[in-house]
Amino acid sequence: MITFRDVTKVLSGRAVLDGVSFNVKRGETFVIVGPSGAGKSVTLKHMVRLLTPDRGDVLVGDVTVSAAAGGELELIRERFGYLFQGGALLAWLSVAENVALPLREKTRMKNEEILERVHETLRLVGLENDGHKQPSEISGGMQKRAGLARAIIRRPEIVLYDEPTSGLDPVTSRTIDDLIDGLREELGVTSVVVTHDLHSALSIGSRIAMLHGGKIVELAPPAEFIKSSETEVRKFLESQFITKEGSWGQAR
Amino acid sequence: MITREPEYFPPPRGPLGWVGRTVMFACRPVGRATILFVNALLSLRYIFQKRSRREVVMQMYVYGIKSLAIITIVAVFTGMILALNTGIALRDYNQEERIGVAVMVSMLREMGPFMTGLILAACVGSAMAAQLGTMVVSEEIAALEIMSIDPVRFLVMPRLAAMSIMTPVLTFYTCIMGVVGGGIVGVLLLDVSWDVYLDNALLFGEVKDLYVGLLKALLFGIIVTIVSCHCGFSTTQGAVGVGMSTRKAVVVSFLMILIAGLLVTGMFYY
Repeated sequence: MITFRDVTKVLSGRAVLDGVSFNVKRGETFVIVGPSGAGKSVTLKHMVRLLTPDRGDVLVGDVTVSAAAGGELELIRERFGYLFQGGALLAWLSVAENVALPLREKTRMKNEEILERVHETLRLVGLENDGHKQPSEISGGMQKRAGLARAIIRRPEIVLYDEPTSGLDPVTSRTIDDLIDGLREELGVTSVVVTHDLHSALSIGSRIAMLHGGKIVELAPPAEFIKSSETEVRKFLESQFITKEGSWGQAR
Repeated sequence: MITREPEYFPPPRGPLGWVGRTVMFACRPVGRATILFVNALLSLRYIFQKRSRREVVMQMYVYGIKSLAIITIVAVFTGMILALNTGIALRDYNQEERIGVAVMVSMLREMGPFMTGLILAACVGSAMAAQLGTMVVSEEIAALEIMSIDPVRFLVMPRLAAMSIMTPVLTFYTCIMGVVGGGIVGVLLLDVSWDVYLDNALLFGEVKDLYVGLLKALLFGIIVTIVSCHCGFSTTQGAVGVGMSTRKAVVVSFLMILIAGLLVTGMFYY
């Protein structure tokens, strides 16, 4: 569904992505892990052309995103929902207005239909009683859930998550993980998740890719990922107290 | 696209490299601001949509009505200073009743649009640049683009429309308040009766002065909006960058207002 073909991206004179190639399959939850500065968010931004590769191609279906412009790019982006690290909610709109924004701006739905859809989506993320609040009045976790509601309000085929659990307490992190999992099961969306949190990655991922030094050093399902003998993967797993004997692989 | 890729330029080689780089850095913001202005103008075709109308009215309130207090104070004091300075000079020739002419013509031609432009650049332009800069830093602009919502139509067009309407209106108000301020000084300090002051002011105030002043005001409104929005959208480096963008927006707006004011005066009166 999403294909990276030998993608190289140089930022500030440094190759953040160096010949990266992988393929995200329809309906799977593809998780990208790696240390800070490894190029995880950069990879995500290439999928919606917030960044363009210096070399190589990014394809969504048969369409080359990196060459799309104008209306074509708009059509591609309409297939995506994107959850930003901080939620990226517009500060002067209420939570409900933020969630309704894509429908108000990009569809001809009637107000009643929009309100109904917003309520339904807010209920899905557990914010049905917080729609009237301003983003500044809710916690970081709630902002992320509101951002997620806005990302999925138009029922996109693909949802991209940039550090969905960073800075959240373990309980809220698990709630977000359950939401991501629920969306895949209930709506059949394809998900690409960028995270530092290996526990989260192992519990929600269909496949996990590890980026290090601009390259993918491991790409495997969770059960195989924790058994990887790759030095960087082992270091990363051990830093989060995950051993080869862990039971994460069986969770999926 | 407003969201831009981080740019990196290796150090230039030799003097020619430095010159090229300096010229590029000087010209590029001008080009980008011009493109932003053209896109904002093209987006004006959406102004009659319900949401856009509501947004324009809200911006008119935020940028116009909320600036009234400071504009009133500055305008009245400007008129008073003008009247006092001119009155003291004219008293030597027993012509102090003519202060109405000096205040009216100065306010209409220069001081009205100029003071309004500077106040709006300082109060409104800085707020615009800071708001848009913060939106860039917190990825709200990128979020809009991914939702296929054009940030220029969504954010710049309503501000441009609101400022284009409110700056001339506020300038007219500034002129009136300036004349009132001048009158207060005339009556209280220079022993000029209110009727004589007003007769002189209205007799010598020409329609041309009014429309040239309002034209300047329109131009200043556009300058403040485009410069501030461009500076806001160009923000990088987080909170520090927002501060730098805000400062740049005010400084560049001030300079552009001065240059544009001189050009318009030269065009109509030289």
